[in-house]
Amino acid sequence: MSHVVVDPVTRIEGHLRIEAEVDGGQVQDAWSSSTMFRGIEIILKGRDPRDAWAFTQRICGVCTTVHAIASIRAVENAVGARPPPNARILRNLIIAAQCIQDHVIHFYHLHALDWVDVVSALSADPAKTAALAQSISDWPLSSEKYFSGVKTRLKDFVDRGQLGPFANAYWGHPAYKLPPEANLLAVAHYLEALDWQREFIKIHAILGGKNPHLQSFLVGGMATPVDPNSQAALNIGTIDALRSLTAKGRDFVTRVYLPDVLAVASFYKDWAGYGAGVGNYLVYGEYPEDDSAKPPLFLPAGVIRNRDLSKVLPVDPARITESVKHSWYDYAGGDDKPLPPAQGETRPKYTGPQPPYERLNLAEKYSWLKSPRYEGEPMEVGPLARMLVAYGSGHKRVQELVGTALGQLKVGPEALFSTLGRIAARCIETVVLAEKIDDWVNALAANMGAGDLRIQDNAKWDPSSWPKEAFGAGFHEAPRGALGHWVHIKDGVIANYQCIVPSTWNAGPRDQAGKRGPYESSLLKTPVADPTKPLEILRTVHSFDPCMACGVHVVDVNRRPLAEVRTP
Amino acid sequence: MRDSEGWLVKELRRRGVSRRDFILFCGGIASTFALPSSAATKIAAALSRAKKPILVWLEFQDCAGNTESFLRASAPSAGEVILDLLSLDYHETIMAAAGHQAEAALDGVVKTNKGEYLCVVEGSIPTGANGAYCTIGGKSALAIAREVCGGAAATIAMGTCATYGGLPAAAPNPTGALGVSDAVPGVKNLINLSACPANAANLVALVSYYLTFKRWPPVDSVGRPLFAYGKTIHDNCERRAHFDQSQYVEAWGDAGHRAGYCLYKMGCKGPVTHQNCPNVGWNQGTNWPIGCGHPCIGCAEPDFWDKMTPFYKHLPNVEGFGASAPVDTAGLWLLGGTAAAFGAHTVVKMAQHRMATGKGPQTPPPLKSAEPPQAPRTGGKP
Repeated sequence: MSHVVVDPVTRIEGHLRIEAEVDGGQVQDAWSSSTMFRGIEIILKGRDPRDAWAFTQRICGVCTTVHAIASIRAVENAVGARPPPNARILRNLIIAAQCIQDHVIHFYHLHALDWVDVVSALSADPAKTAALAQSISDWPLSSEKYFSGVKTRLKDFVDRGQLGPFANAYWGHPAYKLPPEANLLAVAHYLEALDWQREFIKIHAILGGKNPHLQSFLVGGMATPVDPNSQAALNIGTIDALRSLTAKGRDFVTRVYLPDVLAVASFYKDWAGYGAGVGNYLVYGEYPEDDSAKPPLFLPAGVIRNRDLSKVLPVDPARITESVKHSWYDYAGGDDKPLPPAQGETRPKYTGPQPPYERLNLAEKYSWLKSPRYEGEPMEVGPLARMLVAYGSGHKRVQELVGTALGQLKVGPEALFSTLGRIAARCIETVVLAEKIDDWVNALAANMGAGDLRIQDNAKWDPSSWPKEAFGAGFHEAPRGALGHWVHIKDGVIANYQCIVPSTWNAGPRDQAGKRGPYESSLLKTPVADPTKPLEILRTVHSFDPCMACGVHVVDVNRRPLAEVRTP
Repeated sequence: MRDSEGWLVKELRRRGVSRRDFILFCGGIASTFALPSSAATKIAAALSRAKKPILVWLEFQDCAGNTESFLRASAPSAGEVILDLLSLDYHETIMAAAGHQAEAALDGVVKTNKGEYLCVVEGSIPTGANGAYCTIGGKSALAIAREVCGGAAATIAMGTCATYGGLPAAAPNPTGALGVSDAVPGVKNLINLSACPANAANLVALVSYYLTFKRWPPVDSVGRPLFAYGKTIHDNCERRAHFDQSQYVEAWGDAGHRAGYCLYKMGCKGPVTHQNCPNVGWNQGTNWPIGCGHPCIGCAEPDFWDKMTPFYKHLPNVEGFGASAPVDTAGLWLLGGTAAAFGAHTVVKMAQHRMATGKGPQTPPPLKSAEPPQAPRTGGKP
């Protein structure tokens, strides 16, 4: 039996620590711990609710839009502001661009090195690499000369003797299965994706002034003026610029990312048998298609229990509770009783070992994350949950793409519930959004042409127009999954604020009943060839795309019922 | 000649950048710092050295926004190569190694390259709960910062959290968060690159300057390089003419907003915020916050989360608006005087933390006790 500690888990956002018992070449048990706390909800108390989006946005700079979106939705829900159609469309564009860019970065820059052996690429034959590239895609950068250049560049880099971010990794580990040519292809696309993401995200600079941390959000709408006849507003030139960026984005996603995922997956089909996790999935849904109170959503909401795709259940936020039995907080009524977010409490109480430490006390409290549960059960959130709910709800394009991917890999639908399934679902979602995003660009252009220049519900801007006391909830599908913000406003300022965040659902510790969180469950039975080089543990943890700064969020005392929830 | 050009020129050529273009780029850096054009050759030589200088990048109470900003660095085209010229030996968000192997990479740099490596810090450093609000590999952020920044040739605090405490240090500062200058007292060669996040264009220029001249450029009273923070947003704003003509946005989406009028009445903090956003823009000059129609929120200034909020309330008494006080007076009113604010910074943070926790005075533990035991150095310079 070896006790394996991976801390820091790198190639993620934030600070995550995994401890695992490994015996007989397999993970027998696992613990997920978040080791950073900031207390942003505490900081929000007493502030102007119209400022909250900028504070919560800084929960995360990787998914830099998501907490801004959830926050303005929550405050709008509380004060009764109704953003006009242009604001909804601009937000959909921003959300989709975030998701597309984030997923591509995740695959190439955060996850690929778990599957791609950079050193092996040095022995690739550029001619064979070109043949491989041309066999999976018509992407133009695929000549022998091109791959020869990439290989030389890599060789020069290695020959200088300073491996920088590639030093000390698990190169040569027996779990790496790609032939040298596939490794070289992936290294080339790692570099191409680095350039691509920088260009694609200019969509955010156009619509939000800058990325990271866009600055165009407003409670009640957006700050970006729309006017086809002004050079200081979004105009027809902007529409053209957006179309050009979305076209380039789509090109890379469909001709590089998708073929690469399928090619890499074909060498790692055994990973369709690992990493399944809890088998329950929660999705709030996203992309409202009109401005009604219950708008149709491009990607549907729903709950799936025990991997039963035939039954997609409606989401009821009232069934959410949080446990702090193994989290560094305490509840006034005792830690054995989980509380719903509407009655949650947050009192940070660190009882772990004093740093520097070697081991956490895993029998007691061991994380800054709480353990959210739905009907008492741990739920996985994120791209896999979204694609499963869309699939089960009859979303045609998702069904087609899932069917094609399963067919190409010659695996059954059960393969979806796995480490590999998460990677494939993330890619499929990216394709679906890259195909869809121009609809919103076109809708914006159509509104502009029709003379609808409204961007803001100014009637609810001034706090004097608000009720004396109000409660609101805002829901959003972030790239990493279901995100909820809850706000209580009293006398024009924030009385309480709370977030339940995707990585809290996925990375949370055990609950009061001892049920493991999704990371912890998914690691069980993961093969580990060498406990001193736990590459396989990274594979499954990374497949969730951890975002720990997001995950650590506190729920504050708030004993009042929530306002009716407008989703998302 | 070829040999002395070495790796960089080969790399540039592979990317279609001629030596002439590279010298022009270096000339651009020279002009950024108002250096004579002859400095371009010196910059080019410094950037072309055979051994890449080592950079370690530490993340503490952060959101990785500065890392993401760093990933957007590109313009001009050789800028990417400039970053390639560093050996990024530790950066949790990017590096391939994890766990013990990642820790070993950092330890290796600190032990064998003491006094030689560059360090970037992202995120604030918590002093509460004896360091347990942020640990990496079981060590507190405070201990890591003191060891790694303490052994660096120079440190860049990147982003407003690392410079001045930023968001975690906003009232009531629940975790006792501090910026590098307060958490690592006496750290040598520290420069502050504030903003939320800091602009990659400024990081590239700053690093180039350091690699060339082995020192930092001149700074202002809160430790920021003058080339990027020497003027206010208001000084260089593309909407300044509208301010001067009293043409203001009165409501979101009104005719003035659509025409690009001044955002002062909507809460713009440009008159008291020092940064070069209007000059360099964001995302390769694509846009900037005021350019997209939203007021500046003052993110480059110390304590902006407390001193610039509510964000949508307009500043009092900016000259030209109400004409009762000059801009700089308004700035002093707002910031309490930048120098004074900087000096009082730690005290404010500690007071906020006391208010939050109800505990008595809390100061960071002395440097010695926070330093983990050092193994004997081998091969390093004293």
